[in-house]
Amino acid sequence: MKINRRHFIGATAAATLAAPLVNAGGHGRPKVVVIGGGAGGATAARYIAKDSKGEIDVTLVEPSRSYYTCFFSNLYIGGFRSLDSIAHSYGTLASAYGINVVHDWAIGIDRTARTVTLAGGSVLNYDRLILSPGIDFVEGAVPGWDVSTQNAMPHAYKAGSQTELLKAQIEAMPQGGTFAMVAPPNPYRCPPGPYERISMVAHKLKAENPTAKILLIDPKEKFSKQALFEEGWNTHYAGMVERIGPDFGGDNVSVDAGAMTVTIDGTVEKVDVCNVIPAMKAGKICEIAGITEGNWAPVNGHTMQSRLDENIHVLGDATSQGDMPKSGFSANSQAKVAAMAVRGALTGSKVFPAKFSNTCWSLIDTDNGVKVGATYEATDEKIAKVDGFVSQTGEDAALRKATYEESIGWYAGITSDMFG
Amino acid sequence: MTLALSLIVSANIGEASEIGDAEQGKTVFKKCSACHQVGPEAKNRVGPQLNAVFGRRAGGVEDYSRYSDGLKRAGADGMVWDLDTLNAYLENPKALVSDTRMNFRGLSDAQERANLLAFLRIYSDNPANIPEAQPTAIAPEVVLSPELLALVGDKDYGEYLSSECLTCHQSNGSNQGIPAITGWPTEDFVVAMHAYKQKIRVHPVMQMMAGRLSDEEIAALAAYFNHLE
Repeated sequence: MKINRRHFIGATAAATLAAPLVNAGGHGRPKVVVIGGGAGGATAARYIAKDSKGEIDVTLVEPSRSYYTCFFSNLYIGGFRSLDSIAHSYGTLASAYGINVVHDWAIGIDRTARTVTLAGGSVLNYDRLILSPGIDFVEGAVPGWDVSTQNAMPHAYKAGSQTELLKAQIEAMPQGGTFAMVAPPNPYRCPPGPYERISMVAHKLKAENPTAKILLIDPKEKFSKQALFEEGWNTHYAGMVERIGPDFGGDNVSVDAGAMTVTIDGTVEKVDVCNVIPAMKAGKICEIAGITEGNWAPVNGHTMQSRLDENIHVLGDATSQGDMPKSGFSANSQAKVAAMAVRGALTGSKVFPAKFSNTCWSLIDTDNGVKVGATYEATDEKIAKVDGFVSQTGEDAALRKATYEESIGWYAGITSDMFG
Repeated sequence: MTLALSLIVSANIGEASEIGDAEQGKTVFKKCSACHQVGPEAKNRVGPQLNAVFGRRAGGVEDYSRYSDGLKRAGADGMVWDLDTLNAYLENPKALVSDTRMNFRGLSDAQERANLLAFLRIYSDNPANIPEAQPTAIAPEVVLSPELLALVGDKDYGEYLSSECLTCHQSNGSNQGIPAITGWPTEDFVVAMHAYKQKIRVHPVMQMMAGRLSDEEIAALAAYFNHLE
């Protein structure tokens, strides 16, 4: 990877000499390029454009014209939301905030020349670059699975067509069939996500295919909101969900997409649907930029600047930052800190101390919502947890319903905070 | 049976008299009676009937259907009508439950509230909260010093801090699932945030968010959200 990157930088450095930066002389508005239009990137672009009141030129690079939020996509699988209701366009960011929205893939970053190359051939200059690319999967993490088999065994961990595909496969399961999930190892996007998905699949199967079985193959000893989920599964979906943890080989799994089998510690299981959620790493553009250490991009929590390049800020799932979980809420929270830091650096606006927060709601069954959350602060070492809470087992139905309704309000709030 | 009941009622009247003057409270209740009934054969009207209101979960009258979402949520979060919560609600209904449909500006006179509560208390068989102390000990929702209430918030700082609120609370004042917080009188905003900070209000997310805000930061947020319509 490093050799490739050096080649790449060499190539673009030559190109840059031929076409000097407009901004290099200090005239013109400072330029910010944001790569990735999710909870981190869209929020950062919107806040920089909004709060700089036109002083900063903001370009948002995002391949999709319709963005499907990963949060609430499990509710689509469970039948609680339509796919349309979790789709968002970038129209308002362009029309109301003056953001230059470019639907293209970023394929190269030259940190010396401060340029981004797009798949369509354009080259964008930047004074500050914000990377919020989300996650990619670690190659070879689940033997037998790669992106070429993702239609036979969907991950559905980037929302959209994969989510639709998984739902359709569940609907096509034979009566009494088996749904298997290969859950990911830590750290990964949305810690309660796989378990909310199990709940939503169980909710759907209970109505449509009540003799079906769910096999949850998990490499982790423990998982997020475990007591709450297990209580919910026992109450609502008794006998349907079987979890195979690392004690029973849940950490030793391979799949065969052609034969539709899962091999757990040497035992072959025939399944009807297999949702493989492999180990994750930062979105590939972070690796291309050369700002990763291991699988993730380390950042300074005070500003969300990359530890390896102060002209680049990294947000959300792609980062390693300390105590915050990888979630849309976290990315949105981090984006506001980064937006403030970027404005401060480029226009001299006032910079306040960084504050972060996160809350994750999960749906277990109809009107049965739970949540976990915490607040965080930046230290020199990391983003450190300050305070937190989690829903309790045995809560009454009215509280669980109110928690679910609160999550619907939060969805409306955060998506309007992201997309305007 | 009749004897036992009447004994309980008379005992209650005795204790209730420690809250305030029930006789005078009966007069105060005239301000409420356009919407609320209490006593034998009381029915739900514009507002719910008030028998056994002490110890009742907020939004808890089964056959009453016009509670606001916020009141139902407060009940679901564990708020129970007792001397403290009723006193706070009567003082300023919208400060305790921002979207309440009780269209009543509140009773600012503490003695008047105490008298009214003493009157209502007669109609609650099993009150959850009988004070040992004198009526003057009835606490407002949260006690804030005049200096604190007089703090003038920095609206620009409030705008920065508000970004954390706007992940859930919408700046357009939408009230869907999560209460609107725009356009509030600043004092109500300050009182509400301090009530969360002191864990008098029960919502865990808000206790956590308010818990790390300084007095100046709360004032700044109050100033900023006050100006948003």
